[in-house]
Amino acid sequence: MAENDQNPTGSGAPRPPAPAAPAKAAGAAKAEKAPPAPPGPPDPPPPADLAVPAFLEALQAALPGAVAQLSYFVGDWTVIAAPGRLHDLAAHLRDAEGARFDYCSDATAVDWLGRPGPRFDLVYSLYSTSLRHRVRLKARVDDGEASPSLAALWPAVNWLEREIFDMFGVRFEGHPDLRRILMPDEWQGHPQRKDYPLEGPGELIMERPQDWLRLGQSIRESEIE
Amino acid sequence: MERDPAGSMFDTDELVINMGPQHPATHGVLRVVLKLDGEKVVDADVVIGYLHRGVEKLTESRDWTQIVLLTDRLDYVASAAANLAYVETVEKLMSIEVPRRARYLRTILAELQRLASHLVWLGSHAMDIGAITVFLYCLRERELILDLFEEFCGARLTYNSLRIGGLPQDIPSGWLPKVLRFCDVQDEKLVEYETLLTHNRIWLQRTRGIGVISGEAAVAVGLCGPTLRGSGVGRDVRKDEPYAAYAEIPFDVPVGASGDTYDRYLVRLEEMRQSTRILRQAVEGLPEGPVMAKVPRLIKPPAGETYHANESPKGEIGFFIASDGKSTSPYRLRVRPPSFCNLQALPQLVRGHLVADVIAIIGTIDIVLGEVDR
Repeated sequence: MAENDQNPTGSGAPRPPAPAAPAKAAGAAKAEKAPPAPPGPPDPPPPADLAVPAFLEALQAALPGAVAQLSYFVGDWTVIAAPGRLHDLAAHLRDAEGARFDYCSDATAVDWLGRPGPRFDLVYSLYSTSLRHRVRLKARVDDGEASPSLAALWPAVNWLEREIFDMFGVRFEGHPDLRRILMPDEWQGHPQRKDYPLEGPGELIMERPQDWLRLGQSIRESEIE
Repeated sequence: MERDPAGSMFDTDELVINMGPQHPATHGVLRVVLKLDGEKVVDADVVIGYLHRGVEKLTESRDWTQIVLLTDRLDYVASAAANLAYVETVEKLMSIEVPRRARYLRTILAELQRLASHLVWLGSHAMDIGAITVFLYCLRERELILDLFEEFCGARLTYNSLRIGGLPQDIPSGWLPKVLRFCDVQDEKLVEYETLLTHNRIWLQRTRGIGVISGEAAVAVGLCGPTLRGSGVGRDVRKDEPYAAYAEIPFDVPVGASGDTYDRYLVRLEEMRQSTRILRQAVEGLPEGPVMAKVPRLIKPPAGETYHANESPKGEIGFFIASDGKSTSPYRLRVRPPSFCNLQALPQLVRGHLVADVIAIIGTIDIVLGEVDR
């Protein structure tokens, strides 16, 4: 399944050019404008006169080098993890005195296709039911790269990470049950990726549904073998 | 395969059965794969996605104003709640100050919607367990709410009732007295439901001690809304992170004690009482003024990301929006669906219970598949 996951149109099947072409043309037109602004969240740094919350300062002191950047935008604090340090940061935020983020509201991903550097942002929205504050935890992963699963810290993340895997194709290491959740098991590709056409996989499924089903069947068989 | 430890002549093989996706008690197209030992549930696997329409993907090719329509179709028995969460997130992103009158009217709409959603929940939950009368009673009162919505915005199910920056129009004249009259009717009728259920012996036996979850486990697994409060955790977004006019209106947040199906039932009934209390205060304190802020005709939020949560009837509905600041549609819009997060707890709630209790537990976590699958 691994190779097929990376291919939004299915393995080796003739890709219908019609839906993809306008998207590519638009992308090319944007790229021609010089100099192209790199797509991606600006992640504005906090204003100088704004006090950083104590739990974030404690976090930076406890795990030096783990925080790549702090960001503040319209009232939300975001902690951007240095590569490979997501799990440390999450564990600290959950357990540390003064942080106590015991509730993971949401986990999702954003596909910043064409950004220099890693392609995906993983975004965890954390909340503390005892101290009633919020923070967002962000990590960057590239296509094909795996991220440590946080499902052991917050069981709530289980389905949310499954959805990220389903929709974006980001793999989670140590996830207890990494399967597709919204799309059918035999689905090819990951619909929320920016290079996945809005119209779906195109004519493959519309005109010859047998091919589509046979594809799924062969994947299942290869997994059994 | 497990053998009877006593070595009796009966084998106790595990039986796997599918509940759904076409089953009236699963409230839509939910499929639960149950592993049974006799009548007892050993394990359950929840299969969802039958109603997936790719709402999040669709938003990436729609204008910011058009997305309000899509949010209607998430939780279709409480569409005003999703409207509110979405427009507030965009307002937060654009730092728009909404007029006070609009915030009060939004509160009124949100609470009417909460009552309508809870009435559907109570009716269908009771009918699943076998009390058909309650369903008819509940839909009778819900009809009054739909009439109020119809008078306000012309629609009865998918309201498209809010705009970024305020409301599409002010309320029609004579609408507020009708809301107050409805509150009186609702409070009166709530006693009827309680007479039918609260001390009913069958109801007690079917709901007490069923689907118990501790407060700590409920927080860990991400339960929200009345399902979480039934376990004694006093988390309510309206109180903790006030939005609309909730900061100015006093109300209580009921919590349960034992975290079972009966407690969640009591919590929701008390919430319905609190809703009429909020409605009365909001109608009384409704200020004069405009209902729409000054909003540019072409909505184009600055580049940035934000997350904003509301308390929908089902729980914490949140929107995470990433805007690239260049296009007239969001770069990425993520819905934090309360039903999805609540449904995740289903396997651990049903383990050890009987098959009939699975129906009661699906009812008590109050899911809408339109929101689970998006």
